[in-house]
Amino acid sequence: MMGQFMYLKDVTTLSLNQERCVGCGMCLQVCPHAVFSLTNGTAEIVNRDACMECGACSRNCPVEALIVQSGVGCAAAVINSLIGRKKESCCYIEPSGGKGNPPECSAGPGRSSCC
Amino acid sequence: MNYRVESGLYALGRPDHRSPVLVTANYKMSFDRLREALPGRNLWILVLDTKGINVWCAAGKGTFGTAELVHRIESNGLVRIVSHRELILPQLAGPGVAAHEVKKLSGFKVIYGPIRSTDLPRFLDSRLKTTPEMRLKTFPILERIALIPIELVGAFKGGLAVISIFFVLSYLGNVGEGSASALNHGLFSALSILMAIVAGGILAPVLLPWLPGRAFSIKGLTTGFIAFSFIMAFRLNGLTTGAGRLEMVAWFLLILPISAFLAMNFTGASTYTSLSGVKKEMRWAVPFQISAGMLGFLLWLGAQFIL
Ligand code: SF4
Ligand code: SF4
Repeated sequence: MMGQFMYLKDVTTLSLNQERCVGCGMCLQVCPHAVFSLTNGTAEIVNRDACMECGACSRNCPVEALIVQSGVGCAAAVINSLIGRKKESCCYIEPSGGKGNPPECSAGPGRSSCC
Repeated sequence: MNYRVESGLYALGRPDHRSPVLVTANYKMSFDRLREALPGRNLWILVLDTKGINVWCAAGKGTFGTAELVHRIESNGLVRIVSHRELILPQLAGPGVAAHEVKKLSGFKVIYGPIRSTDLPRFLDSRLKTTPEMRLKTFPILERIALIPIELVGAFKGGLAVISIFFVLSYLGNVGEGSASALNHGLFSALSILMAIVAGGILAPVLLPWLPGRAFSIKGLTTGFIAFSFIMAFRLNGLTTGAGRLEMVAWFLLILPISAFLAMNFTGASTYTSLSGVKKEMRWAVPFQISAGMLGFLLWLGAQFIL
């Protein structure tokens, strides 16, 4: 798509099970990066590398056809979680303990995107 | 400064039981932007308690989530206030809210509206239809510029500490050649480090889409190289001595990784980087930044103390 930012290729953990899909279109509605399209009543990943792993699609898929390990793509958060520092700076990732929770980030008022 | 508004149900204009219900966060700016986008309209605004955090962040944390939404619907008696059963949520609440669960728990159907509140009038007038552009999260230059100061504060704090160290070392290393020379090297260090910060913290975010490479560290290398060329122009006459040449090699190895590191940190402010991608980038970028920086520092020490 024109003017769309793209990050690294072939990294996203997004996966779609088309057999489960009921074609409700929710993933198309919530995805902020136009990753999906709907053809003949089934969702399709058409723009895989644009996925930022926000988790909106899997959260809103009523039949669990979508799986993604969601998280915040923020280098400072990754560093802070590595050195065990929490909350002190803008963002940090909560060790998810295998539960697959999205990373936590503490937010300052000026933060408009990640944290 | 208080960035919160009270959570609860607000009336904009003179809404009645058929008026649409818009949902937002209790971050003051989210609320104000929503109101300002809808002059002269009659509708309800349901404000969730997101601890004063904007929609996108709160959705990521889960505070703008299914449970909070269902709770606010009930505690404000929304079923008695409106006769329809529809809620309009900002699209960026998607990571926190499961529309089908809200429907099951409260009876309300969640409709995700446009990403930007400025698109709301068009959305409402077209019977809740969105266009593909309304659904796309962009990252325009003004938004990037607005995020620069927040990122820079930390960089400048660190930069100041580093600059003082370089000043002390410049003094110790060059005092034999007179204090003017010591000051000269100290000031040049300060200028170089400031330029590295400008390169990674300002130039890289501003030029983001036009810089080569997808990884932010690579983009930062390019702007770092621009900064280095600028610094170099100041020192062309210093290149005649061995120490002068070594100092420039040292600054090459210092400015580029500093700039790359700061540019990499802008991934957090950006709106399209995935966690998997950031981790992948960091796996090679951070070791590279640290080793180049260390080598640069050692060469710089060599230029001051040995040559
Ligand atoms: S995780 Fe987010 S960006 Fe990726 S496909 Fe799902 S909704 Fe789109
Ligand atoms: S949300 Fe799930 S069921 Fe609905 S279209 Fe997307 S993948 Fe299919």
